[in-house]
Amino acid sequence: MTDVRPTLAVWKFASCDGCQLSLLDCEDELLAIAGAVRIAQFTEMSRARVEGPYDVSLVEGSITTATDAGRIREIRRSSRRLITIGACASAGGIQALRNFAQDGSYVDAVYAHPEYISSLASSTPISAHVPVDLELQGCPIDRGQLLEVITAELVGRKAVIPSHSVCQECKGRGTVCLLVSGGTACLGPVTRAGCGALCPSIGRGCFGCFGPSEGANPRALSDRLLEGGTTPADASRLFATFYVGNPLFGDEAVALARSGDPTPPDREGQP
Amino acid sequence: MTHGSGAHRTVAVDGLSRVEGEGSLRVDVRDGVVEDVALTIFEPPRYFEAMLRGRRATEAPDITARICGICPVAYQMSACLAVEDAYGIGVDDRITALRRLLYCGEWIQSHALHIYLLHAPDFLGCADAVELAELDRAAVERGLGIKRTGNLIMEVVGGRAIHPVNVRVGGFYRAPAPEEVAALAEPLRRARDAALDTVRWVGGFEIPEVDGQYRFVALRSTGRYPIESGRVASSDGLDASPAEFADRVVEEHVARSTALHARLDGRLDYLTGPLARYALNSGELPEVARQAAADVGLGPVCANPFRSIVVRAVELVFACEEALRLIAEYEPPEPPASEVRPRAGIGTGATEAPRGLLFHRYELDEAGVILTARIVPPTSQNQLTIESDLRRVAQAALDLPDDQLAWRCEQAVRNHDPCISCAAHFLDVTVVRG
Repeated sequence: MTDVRPTLAVWKFASCDGCQLSLLDCEDELLAIAGAVRIAQFTEMSRARVEGPYDVSLVEGSITTATDAGRIREIRRSSRRLITIGACASAGGIQALRNFAQDGSYVDAVYAHPEYISSLASSTPISAHVPVDLELQGCPIDRGQLLEVITAELVGRKAVIPSHSVCQECKGRGTVCLLVSGGTACLGPVTRAGCGALCPSIGRGCFGCFGPSEGANPRALSDRLLEGGTTPADASRLFATFYVGNPLFGDEAVALARSGDPTPPDREGQP
Repeated sequence: MTHGSGAHRTVAVDGLSRVEGEGSLRVDVRDGVVEDVALTIFEPPRYFEAMLRGRRATEAPDITARICGICPVAYQMSACLAVEDAYGIGVDDRITALRRLLYCGEWIQSHALHIYLLHAPDFLGCADAVELAELDRAAVERGLGIKRTGNLIMEVVGGRAIHPVNVRVGGFYRAPAPEEVAALAEPLRRARDAALDTVRWVGGFEIPEVDGQYRFVALRSTGRYPIESGRVASSDGLDASPAEFADRVVEEHVARSTALHARLDGRLDYLTGPLARYALNSGELPEVARQAAADVGLGPVCANPFRSIVVRAVELVFACEEALRLIAEYEPPEPPASEVRPRAGIGTGATEAPRGLLFHRYELDEAGVILTARIVPPTSQNQLTIESDLRRVAQAALDLPDDQLAWRCEQAVRNHDPCISCAAHFLDVTVVRG
């Protein structure tokens, strides 16, 4: 009997494995998913490999080598739908910090023999190389959003993924605003919803795991952070993590770093 | 796949499956003798040590968590310990207990993942856990249930299962309420029973007899099976502080090989991970875990890498039992974090990631900014030993047909639960042969 189930492939580039682990973390749904789709390629999970084409490819990780730049083009050719999962695949990940380093300094810092290393000077999102059908954001992605995407693909509808900010999630769960009430540096006003406003709910400022929200205005937030006593260097660091490869955050990080003084002593955790 | 005939035979597996990250293996055989083996990493490097320069030391836990989505707590804990060491900060026992509980969650999640989804299919001739579920759905569901419980602990204590958000240098942002922690007891009791079933299940697998002849290295702390702290011990008498140990581990970057290979005192390869922890600390296990081990014939030391699945299952029982103890004794730390005052200095932190010893060392300036960082994950420490295993296992299995020999070699790598994503943050990806 011919297997008529749609095929799902999972691919990895430069990344931590966490976003594909999100699929294996769907403990209650994993066997049901494996029944509804044919998992044709998922190296972390299976020795079995089915040749393409694939109905849906989930891609984790950023492009950091010439080999990988070629590999993603092949994957695009063999995939009907290509969906990126996570900050690395959708924005270049934290390793995109290398895009701001002087040539070669990163390799030299880590390796005794930089001449053995063959990686690009940049870390770029999948969309810089091939057309992408959907980008699922997050560092890591949210398991519920991943299930929504897979379900939507299976029935052929558009996935419902919020694009508003973490601020609205705080309002929704009744969390008092840390920025307004306590002056805590928080990226919530410019960060995409999806985590459920986890950090503000434990008294911690948002640090931007889901990247810029729709219509985000990082400059306005920076002004507010600086008024509240955050130094330009620390405000820059706040924008320069998992989504530094997205120009909305990356450009703001650079502008703040250029405007600032040398780093004063850390005040975190002090009264 | 394998190729060649007659005197020359090459076994090559391009794209090792059921490991975390991207690697391959190759075994060259000439005239019936294994001549060369290589575990190759083609995971692209991400240069974390370089990225950390110029960052706040207080950012290290969140940044280094991103080295590995499977064991982010290990990175957060080693980073916190290293920074606290440099700053001379002590933490309340209740903070240490809460860290240990969070870490138990990660051990439970990671060990259940490895036993059920990555490793057990090898012993039962299945390509993956989905195929295994067709043979024995109850077993896979049991494994997923244990895994879910580990994730639940990480969500309650850490705020999120992958890359937890509640950890900070000095402790936590918020101590979970006693009732939130108490609610973990019921699922944990079920997970402990399922872990005991797991020991019996994997204890019944047909397991090849191999003696790895290892030099074991693990943390050791009196009265406790090591997780979040301890001195570094070895099976041949080493007893060192994490800082002393870090000084004695030398990493080589060699063209012929794939990686920065870690060697102790510049020459000795060694093994970290469950087999090492168990060999050096099995006397510290709680009674329920010791009994489970004895019931399946596991002695106080196990040097058979294929039996690591049984040791991992015993550690699963331990982690559930330990989490239950910590929950019963839980008192929220008040305040949830120690005060953090930066000062210039060097600090080292070492903890037991699910797959072995992980240490961080940071040099910090007086403002609390990282000048240099060094991170040594378990897989780079184990890499030379994994290659020794490959040589030994391939030599003993040369009678197998090509496809089965290749599978056996893959299994020899999976025995150690390598995390290539971890190792590759500073591993080279090029193999030069000739």
